[in-house]
Amino acid sequence: MTPVIKTGNIDRKKRWSQAIAFTIFKMMSYSVVAILILILGFIVTKGVGVINWGFLSKSPEEGGIFFAIVGTFCLVAGSSLFSFPIGIMSGIYMNEYAEGNKFATFIRIMTNNLSGVPSVVFGLFGMSLFVNTMKFGDSILAGSLTLGLLSLPLVIRTTEESLKAIDKSYREGSLALGATKLQTIRKVVLPMAFPNIITGLILSIGRVSGETAPILFTVAAAFLTKLPTSIFSQVMALPYHLYVISTSGTDVEASRGIAYGTALVLIVIVLLVNLLANFLRNYFSKKVKTN
Amino acid sequence: MLTIDAKNVDFYYSDFHALKNINIEVEKNKVVALIGPSGCGKSTFLRLLNRMNDLIDGTRMTGSVLIEGKDIYAPGIHVDELRKEVGMVFQKPNPFPKSIFENVAYGLRVNGIRDKTFIEERVIESIKSAALWDEVKDKLNKSAFALSGGQQQRLCIARALAISPKVVLMDEPASALDPISTAKIEDLIHELKKDYTIMIVTHNMQQASRVSDKTAYFYLGEMIEYDDTIKIFTNPKEHSTQNYITGRFG
Repeated sequence: MTPVIKTGNIDRKKRWSQAIAFTIFKMMSYSVVAILILILGFIVTKGVGVINWGFLSKSPEEGGIFFAIVGTFCLVAGSSLFSFPIGIMSGIYMNEYAEGNKFATFIRIMTNNLSGVPSVVFGLFGMSLFVNTMKFGDSILAGSLTLGLLSLPLVIRTTEESLKAIDKSYREGSLALGATKLQTIRKVVLPMAFPNIITGLILSIGRVSGETAPILFTVAAAFLTKLPTSIFSQVMALPYHLYVISTSGTDVEASRGIAYGTALVLIVIVLLVNLLANFLRNYFSKKVKTN
Repeated sequence: MLTIDAKNVDFYYSDFHALKNINIEVEKNKVVALIGPSGCGKSTFLRLLNRMNDLIDGTRMTGSVLIEGKDIYAPGIHVDELRKEVGMVFQKPNPFPKSIFENVAYGLRVNGIRDKTFIEERVIESIKSAALWDEVKDKLNKSAFALSGGQQQRLCIARALAISPKVVLMDEPASALDPISTAKIEDLIHELKKDYTIMIVTHNMQQASRVSDKTAYFYLGEMIEYDDTIKIFTNPKEHSTQNYITGRFG
């Protein structure tokens, strides 16, 4: 015979604590969304008035931000060219070849520390190394390298984590057919990890496009009259442009509208980049299963 | 010549002595079942035959393993070449996230075969040998993930057969499958035995007695008994074997 267990009030109590905990979690997550909507709403209402085709396509002399948009794209492209190959290859090395060895652990600790370094420190470092010592001057090259260094830990980390998520049975399956380690990585592991890696890459682009401090001493100009002509040109950039028009100039109040407009453009770019990341992840994770 | 000839094999995971003086001889076109309770070393032994244990850090082996007379642990042996000769099917079906066709073609491609007609013939032949052809012939370009678990496992067998190995190792190939799929795999093993030498690890006593010619019983890293399957299951020499196959422990 099974004994009868008397639970008393415990049943009611555990249902109550469950309901309370759930309500608190729900409220917290709602408040996160609320804050986000508040910020977005604020920027959109203040900035949407100045946005028109002229604002997006004209030079700064004519009151547009076209040069800053171009500059930001140059810096994103330049820093990606630098950080993606180095970061992805380091990530592959650390997860596939050096797993568990001391050197990899050392790199991992270093990259973790690196991602905690304030971005203004990267700016100072970039100025001292790329601008002065290597004599690149204030240039797209110096700015891109500095931003690249900043995003490197993120790229390495996402690559490593994405590779780690691939079950070892797939690697064994490939090796058991006489494939080498490199073939296994190239033909089985990387295609499977690709959707997640690309998400990490695009998020790092989002981060890079919004950074101000690293470009402050390495590339950004407050005001230019022409577009960049080479990798040694200075550029304007959206985040720095926002900083300049909100803090300097003869009539800061009068240019508030432009500042909000610039902020709106920057936010929209970052949002679009994140949407693209989502789209590409879904696209590639569908694709990888069928071919 | 013996297809598999393991002599005085000892194997260690760091300090743990996982296999103790294993000696086993397998003739061509025979099916050998490895049985024994979990942790007895049977999977470890299986994975020695295609050097899969090389992937684990801190392992050490002494003794020798000869496959068709060749010492596979001799210096100068390349594991990727060895693994072409000794195919493996894993416990959990692990098809690649590629099409059915490309899964089977994979082993050929990584081994440098480019001839399209040859690859196509080989893929079709292998899928037929794995008794999967009728079920997949119209969807060779569909994802292997769309197949059922049992079909995936037969695809993995086809994948292993495509590179014409001499030996096929199977590590509990049916343990994740339903009874109907299991029966199909067992029928398949009977067919494959004509062309291949097979070693299979299983926890299922009926399966061992149904599919194998010889059975080895492992316990705590030792091979207690190795004999014709019919003898092991009707009249084992060792008391421990008797206890295990009758389900009194393990």
